Amino acid sequence: MHPAPSIIAFSTFSGLGLGLLFWLGVDNTAPTGWVAFAFFAIAYILAVGGLISSTFHLGRPERAVKAFTQWQTSWLSREAWSAVAALVIMGLYGFFLVFFERQIAVLGWIGAFFSLLTVYTTSMIYAQLKTVPRWNTILTSVLFVSLSIAGGALISGRVTIGLIFLLVAGGIQAIWWKTGDARFKQSGTDLKSATGLGKIGEVRAFEPPHTGTNYLLNEMVYTVGRKHAQKLRMISFLLMLVVPVFLLLLPYPHVFGVLALISHIAGVLVSRWLFFAEAEHVVGLYYGMR
Amino acid sequence: MTQLPEKTDRKMGLVIDLDTCVGCHACVVSCKGWNTENYGAPLSDQDPYGADPSGTFLNRVHSYEVQPESGPAQLIHFPKSCLHCEDAPCVTVCPTGASYKRTEDGIVLVNEKDCIGCGLCAWACPYGARELDKAEGVMKKCTLCVDRIYNENLPEEDRVPACVRTCPSNARHFGDLGDPDSDVSQLVAERGGMDLMPEQGTKPVNKYLPPRPKDRLNEEIDILAPLLAPVAEEPKGFLGWLDKKLEKL
Repeated sequence: MHPAPSIIAFSTFSGLGLGLLFWLGVDNTAPTGWVAFAFFAIAYILAVGGLISSTFHLGRPERAVKAFTQWQTSWLSREAWSAVAALVIMGLYGFFLVFFERQIAVLGWIGAFFSLLTVYTTSMIYAQLKTVPRWNTILTSVLFVSLSIAGGALISGRVTIGLIFLLVAGGIQAIWWKTGDARFKQSGTDLKSATGLGKIGEVRAFEPPHTGTNYLLNEMVYTVGRKHAQKLRMISFLLMLVVPVFLLLLPYPHVFGVLALISHIAGVLVSRWLFFAEAEHVVGLYYGMR
Repeated sequence: MTQLPEKTDRKMGLVIDLDTCVGCHACVVSCKGWNTENYGAPLSDQDPYGADPSGTFLNRVHSYEVQPESGPAQLIHFPKSCLHCEDAPCVTVCPTGASYKRTEDGIVLVNEKDCIGCGLCAWACPYGARELDKAEGVMKKCTLCVDRIYNENLPEEDRVPACVRTCPSNARHFGDLGDPDSDVSQLVAERGGMDLMPEQGTKPVNKYLPPRPKDRLNEEIDILAPLLAPVAEEPKGFLGWLDKKLEKL
């Protein structure tokens, strides 16, 4: 699948921002006043910035509001609703913390729920697609949500719990990569079932419909960079997990915590790039490709 | 609405005969022509006369080589367009309601005024039936020529999809696949019509007729064979002598 920079940025940064909102919401001793303002500002810049960047890949961004209408069937529409709910509720919660130094715990819990729900709905946009076997697993959602919680813990300065969630997310990431490599074959879709010609014999794509490229090939049969996938996985894993864990174990959490966070974000960005670049859509079979 | 209808009154669709398709791409051209001039946004081309041409098509013809266990390989031309699935995954993923499946005839359509061009429906389709038009920024797909099949301004014989009307080898058939007595349903039953990627659970309405088994040369049929002495494999006379000498060298 084509790794659109706007989508990679969106899912990484809004995941991080929503993770931070989650921790602010469940915090029994949430910051107040200017400290709260700083935290909420960072969370909203990340979450809202990410959401806005997601509209950049639309063919008709001016009609984006219509995406709220089909929540009954569409995960993309549910994501829109959940994001608005999370941002409004957490905004209200933050407003009382910043200006009245009052914590309305119930609002925080509800907002935290919608923050994680938003990350889950984002993940379901991908996980629901049977056409992309690598994504079509509950593990995709677990991965997105755990990364969001880990990133949020890092950014809110929670060292111990951040370490735990980093290790959990890193483990899920490793399992997701490992099992993902076998999922296309497990899906049972191949050129034989795609053409229905398998009963006669071995099927081979002889001639594509056209000599040039097309939307389908650019969007869904993106093969650039796959040969470096293993190396990039190592780089991503190091940046996302190993380096931050090492840095968090050092003293002076304020200095090294920031470095850990930067490293983690870089690792997640690489992982998100691979998430798309490595994903094979079954339509590639028709073109004799994966 | 992106909720799929429980059932549709009719299941209009195509039956494509892989036995008779000659791979001439006339259906591709007629489809592009009709759908550029009629329903919805035109099907644009990018850099059409330049070094790197591409464009939006609703129907494309692939060619596959199939190698049976014995005998020569077969070349099969394979037109592919929207299959107007009963469980169309492209419809339910649409966030705006632009994609819908009609209750009256099961045709899957895009309301281009509502489409935001997010491309999720194209991701959800396993067949590559949907293409985002670069010029218009909206999703394009086969409409089953909805502006032809009910069009009373056209002569009756033209009230079929453009690809069906133009096919010179009669490899494309149009009709109601929900009616077991219709010509197309009979054809599917007779020829063992099949679904593409049944494991994807999309329940396509369009069916593909597999190529008929090829004729095989049977030795008993070749009545002249006993009369024809086999040509000597081993050379004799001068050539035989030369062959032996050359072998020894």
